[in-house]
Amino acid sequence: MPLWGRNSVIDSKDLDPNFKYEVAAEIGGANITRCFACGTCTAGCPVREIDEKYNPRKIIRMVLLGMRERVLKSDFIWLCSTCYTCYDRCPQDVRLTDIMTALKNIAVREGHIHPSFREQARLVGTFGRLYEVEDFDNKKREKMGLPTIKKTFDDVTKLSKPKLGEMMK
Amino acid sequence: MKYALFLGCTIPVRGQNYEMSAREVAKKLGINLVDLEDFSCCGFPVKSSSAETSLVLAARNLALAAEKKLPICTLCNACTSVLTEANKELSENKKLRDKINKELKKVGKEFKLGVKIKHFSRILYEDIGLDKIKEKVKEDLSPLSLSIHYGCHYLRPKELYDGFDDAENPITLDKLVEITGAKVVDYKNKLECCGGAILGVEEDIALSMAKQKLDNVTANKVDALVTICPFCSIMYEDNQRKIESKFDVKYELPVLYYPQILGLALGVDQKQLGFRLNKVKTDALLQKLEEKR
Repeated sequence: MPLWGRNSVIDSKDLDPNFKYEVAAEIGGANITRCFACGTCTAGCPVREIDEKYNPRKIIRMVLLGMRERVLKSDFIWLCSTCYTCYDRCPQDVRLTDIMTALKNIAVREGHIHPSFREQARLVGTFGRLYEVEDFDNKKREKMGLPTIKKTFDDVTKLSKPKLGEMMK
Repeated sequence: MKYALFLGCTIPVRGQNYEMSAREVAKKLGINLVDLEDFSCCGFPVKSSSAETSLVLAARNLALAAEKKLPICTLCNACTSVLTEANKELSENKKLRDKINKELKKVGKEFKLGVKIKHFSRILYEDIGLDKIKEKVKEDLSPLSLSIHYGCHYLRPKELYDGFDDAENPITLDKLVEITGAKVVDYKNKLECCGGAILGVEEDIALSMAKQKLDNVTANKVDALVTICPFCSIMYEDNQRKIESKFDVKYELPVLYYPQILGLALGVDQKQLGFRLNKVKTDALLQKLEEKR
């Protein structure tokens, strides 16, 4: 769905006024309602500089308006590069990077996850690392005089299962 | 000076030149780096899926360091920020700490207060100090002109780093490079993010972000870009050829990890600094040093 134009006019019956409180209840989400829409976040955003479809001020506004479905099903919430520039510069301490994390976490629970993050969760949950370490890697390390590294971590897998289990299949 | 070395995921399989050179530099400067086999992923890659799981994984690593009563030395900026953030949150919020410890108990671990985390470059700057490092510099790197990329998570979010350096106008890495004799060359938009965290989400955007940096750095004549994070290095070095062909540009800009530079200055054998693992060849800049000798 386009984010502007006649076809995307906001209709109050589609809005969920509780969405902002839902976000506020997430880890790091508490300050969302402090935003006064100054746009400092968007002005300093390195992703927005490249592509306008990522616009942090707009995302916060959409959350405050209660555009729950559109935000959670969007592809743009996955585009935060976590540089923390907006986080550090925000005059209202909204903590945008954490808000983006909160939005992604809610989206994941509703079954919307970007495939690259699904894969990262699968790898970390299964192997305890972002990469599957092969014997080849350890042989290479030994040749370089570096200590070998563990290939799997049963306890990390156990700790990951409650929340990431679905993605580890 | 003893630290538990936290390698993270990327460095031990894709950034061994960083690891080798950091270990060599540590030896020269009397930093004892201890390997803890059980250190896993820091938790950063799963934060987008579950911030709680990210916290649990970070807390598990912090618990391992606490068991050994050792501070943590990180090499990756993302590991640094995720571990520091978890440490801060769990130290300040008892309710959260109890919740996470309930999870950790299932694997016989417990988060304990008092663990310290520092990036290797910060250890060099704060714990060893410029003067002491300078005393040990054996080779003058003045033939080299270098630009520096700090990487976002090294200094942001600010609240994690107790006033260390200035995220909007950082100088500590500049100083660390300067003491080798090399000339530091500033460039436009020095603080710009590498885009690494969204490489898998939208490659076009991430590569465009990295391209801007490569454009700005190569607008001046420099011998290399210096980084301290494997994510950033992957964007600027491993993806450099891809960016060159995608945008029809040519950079051939070597990307070095800071300990490779410092290692040269401290007189470490070049072979021990992993230059042959650099994807963009470093022969020309090493030759420059050779000629000066």
